Amino acid sequence: MNDNITEQITDFLSAALRRQVEPDDDYFAQGLADSLFALELVTFVESRFALTVEVEDLDLDSFRTANRITEFVRRKTDAPDRGVAHAEGV
Amino acid sequence: MPRVSDSGPDAATAESPPLDLSRVADDLAANARACASRWDQDGGLPDSVREEFAGSGLLAADLPERYGGAGLDPLTLGEITARIGGECSALRGLLTVQGMVAAAVLRWGTAEQRDDWLPRLAGGELTAGFAVTERAAGSALGSVETRIEASGRSDRQELVVSGQKRWITFGAVADVFLVLGKYEGRPAAVLVDADRAGVEREPVNGQLGMRAARIAHLSFDGVRVPRRQLIAPPGLGLSHVIGTALDHGRFTVAWGCVGMAEACVEDAATHAAVRRQGETPLGDHQLVRSLLARAAVDAAGARELARRAAEARASGPGHGVPETLMAKYAAASAAATASRDAVQVLGSAGCAPDSRAGRHFRDAKVMEIIEGAQQVSGLHIAERLLRRFGDAARGTDRPVGPRLPEGAS
Repeated sequence: MNDNITEQITDFLSAALRRQVEPDDDYFAQGLADSLFALELVTFVESRFALTVEVEDLDLDSFRTANRITEFVRRKTDAPDRGVAHAEGV
Repeated sequence: MPRVSDSGPDAATAESPPLDLSRVADDLAANARACASRWDQDGGLPDSVREEFAGSGLLAADLPERYGGAGLDPLTLGEITARIGGECSALRGLLTVQGMVAAAVLRWGTAEQRDDWLPRLAGGELTAGFAVTERAAGSALGSVETRIEASGRSDRQELVVSGQKRWITFGAVADVFLVLGKYEGRPAAVLVDADRAGVEREPVNGQLGMRAARIAHLSFDGVRVPRRQLIAPPGLGLSHVIGTALDHGRFTVAWGCVGMAEACVEDAATHAAVRRQGETPLGDHQLVRSLLARAAVDAAGARELARRAAEARASGPGHGVPETLMAKYAAASAAATASRDAVQVLGSAGCAPDSRAGRHFRDAKVMEIIEGAQQVSGLHIAERLLRRFGDAARGTDRPVGPRLPEGAS
């Protein structure tokens, strides 16, 4: 499960950033992201894993590497109240 | 996900907001048709017109009903925007800016911030300003120099905002500004009320276009605001908060440009059909017909791209960003060329002070610059092409291509 999530994320990142992105690559620090990328990444994570990214989740560290995103996705999808809060923002 | 009204099906049937709002937009557009030239020449949309617009329910009408919006779908919002934009870019600018700030707060505000700000934006109680551009930060917003600092007083629960902002649409009259600055070196976005001590406005007059849009340069001199007015954590103010606002702005600017291009086609074709020079109607000249045809095709193409963007956006926030970018690029270009050619066909009538096409000609040039200059939009569009078609070639460790400038919006 974990590996699958990470693989989906690295596939997206590699396509979006036009280079092979490894699970621990910090692509923000490497200056690879343009100004539309951050929004596309949030939308990808929300759509692919059926969750809502809230402002409370918006810690840059959560999205810094593919492995961090995987942890974030697991945290969100394990949460008992997922999908309830802020449904109008979906 | 569409939200079901809390008050049940009766309320939904009684209100039918999209239909009513379309009618309201038609009335406003009809009034603007009669008055927009005067507003343009006088150098400012009258406060009474702005207040009437604000009270009409058309501002931030795509907000969910629980925040006082009408829950307008993107296509209806777009079509309303085109009708208003076809008559007056300043009125359309009011709708655009309010929508941008509301979209940013809806997406990245906390529950408390949404409850606090959104009903006042939707109800028109507050006019919003988008205070981002600086002298040295236009397309490259990552280089803003405005500082947002924690105050030593009040247990750091207060922020101090200092900086200069330029070319702020409705900046002369807005009640609250979404300000982009740097907090400890990281991009941050904060709402600053216009009536706080240290906020100064310098109205701008005589600029090329958007002359009725009450544009102002702003100065924030140690303005203190509560920390709770920071939208999203520092570091995400540009990429997420301002990024969301700009995406929304590109959408309504695109539809406004569709309306401008269509209005120019109408004016040019009407003139060509009835105006005679010597024995010949203008429309009998092949070169005139060629101009009309090109403008009509550009306008129709822009409308279809804007419609495609609206469909993509219907999936919810964050969707349709590339489609919107492409629509804005095409529509700004269509408005610019259609207005140029309309003025050409209209001749002296197009150069007159009260010419709608002449005004759109000046305003359309501004549309090619705001919410992403054409060349910057082109970079992003090409970037996505390279991503798509380069995908097959990837997998080997080939060098990375040239990147976009940081913060290019």
